[in-house]
Amino acid sequence: MPGRGTSATGVADSRGPRRDEGTAGRRADALCDAALAGDRHALARLLTAVENRTPLAEAALRRLYPRAGHAQLIGVTGPPGAGKSTLVAALIAELRRAGRPVAVVAVDPSSPITGGAVLGDRVRMQAYTADPDVFIRSMASRGHAGGLSSATSEAAAVFDAVGFDVVLIETVGTGQSEVEVAAAADTTVVVEAPEMGDEIQAIKAGLLEVADIVVVNKGDRPGAHRTAGQLHAMLADTPREARPGRPSPKHPEVLVTTAASGAGVAELLAAIDRHRSAARGTDGEASRLRRAEAQVWAVLVDRLHARVRSLEGAEGAAAGNPAAGPTAAGPTAASAAAAGSPAAGPAAAREWLRSVASHELDPYAAADAILDQLIGGGPAPEPNT
Amino acid sequence: MRAMTDRPLKVLIAKPGLDGHDRGAKVLARGLRDEGFEVVYSGLRQTPEMIVTAALQEDVDIVGLSILSGAHMTLLPRICSLLRERGMDDVLVAAGGIIPDDDVPALKAAGIAAVFGPGTTIAQVADFLRANARARD
Repeated sequence: MPGRGTSATGVADSRGPRRDEGTAGRRADALCDAALAGDRHALARLLTAVENRTPLAEAALRRLYPRAGHAQLIGVTGPPGAGKSTLVAALIAELRRAGRPVAVVAVDPSSPITGGAVLGDRVRMQAYTADPDVFIRSMASRGHAGGLSSATSEAAAVFDAVGFDVVLIETVGTGQSEVEVAAAADTTVVVEAPEMGDEIQAIKAGLLEVADIVVVNKGDRPGAHRTAGQLHAMLADTPREARPGRPSPKHPEVLVTTAASGAGVAELLAAIDRHRSAARGTDGEASRLRRAEAQVWAVLVDRLHARVRSLEGAEGAAAGNPAAGPTAAGPTAASAAAAGSPAAGPAAAREWLRSVASHELDPYAAADAILDQLIGGGPAPEPNT
Repeated sequence: MRAMTDRPLKVLIAKPGLDGHDRGAKVLARGLRDEGFEVVYSGLRQTPEMIVTAALQEDVDIVGLSILSGAHMTLLPRICSLLRERGMDDVLVAAGGIIPDDDVPALKAAGIAAVFGPGTTIAQVADFLRANARARD
């Protein structure tokens, strides 16, 4: 696997995460200042840092998180080839017509064998490269298993903080159970293609359960409307009860689009906006809490891994981590578990989660507070010394 | 989470200009994937501005330009100078496709680090990119 070898930066980042915090903090400040002023190159560098989970990223996110919380986060998920990227491109067109700045985080899978990836979603979105109010960033999943990369939510927060009105989050082509996007987005759009299955597929657990809106794309193909009818019958006829972590008990709308021509896309955007308005208030609060919990949990697991590594001896642990290894998969399982059990920590943790959900506190500060309460370990900023 | 020493190199494979022949670009994209690179593919018929914007937004370490149309002496130097203009002079730029040997020195002077012609193996390209991509953070 290609890597940074023994570059000074790599060594400092992997083995002494806090040693150069001052430098990272100053460089983070400079990049944040530039990104907030509209410098797209600085924004791109911040996203790289976030993706690589460097000390600079942490400093930047601590600074940017309080500014986030305003963007509309739209998740687009569904099986490979259903037309997610083309639909995202069509949504960009519709949003730009309304004058809204749009960012896209498009995730494609990393090879579990080599760690490499082909990130091909941009191909469908070429028309917008010249538009300064559209920013498209591809990310490899890097062993993360929920349909996103471990940094997707944080990348969305960065876009949010620098003023993008809408962030479209496109998952990898999903199977039936990669539902992590539901926690990362305000509205989850599940894209299906015609003839992908009958009513039995529609009542299975997993992806369709987290759909706020179901889209049957390729509406010009035979069977599209019949597929939509079957999905509508099964989803609309299935009673859904309100429960923690679900924005509302209402049944998902089922729409037909032809993303390649743009047919039905304005209606889809209207449905997304309707869902967002309906999900404001208490349901929206539940959704924001769920997202905050996933974010804090991811940092908690990071922190625990860092402490464990420092106990084991950084050299051996860092060298022994394959790209798609257990440390990369850890946060996935943990955040999925956390989403289902909000009361996992002490009662005070709920207060911190609320503060994170309202952007008064950043996820790192909350995670450190929780960690210190759980296992002690001295002042939060110096866990490794 | 993962140590940064493990971070894959990110490369944009782009097709500049009016050139619909992308078999080579796709074979290379797939081959570099197997070599452990994260490969962003641009799609066909990109202007220099589109390629440079994609490189900037994706914050790639490397730009690989595949061109078989004969317009390399116009498009490739233009891409190199746009990259410099936009502060991306630390990005490694390589080219491949049908490029006469006589044109290579001028392209290198313009900022193309290497020109890979027919017969080059994926491993040769991967090794060159790994050896020459500048360490950034």
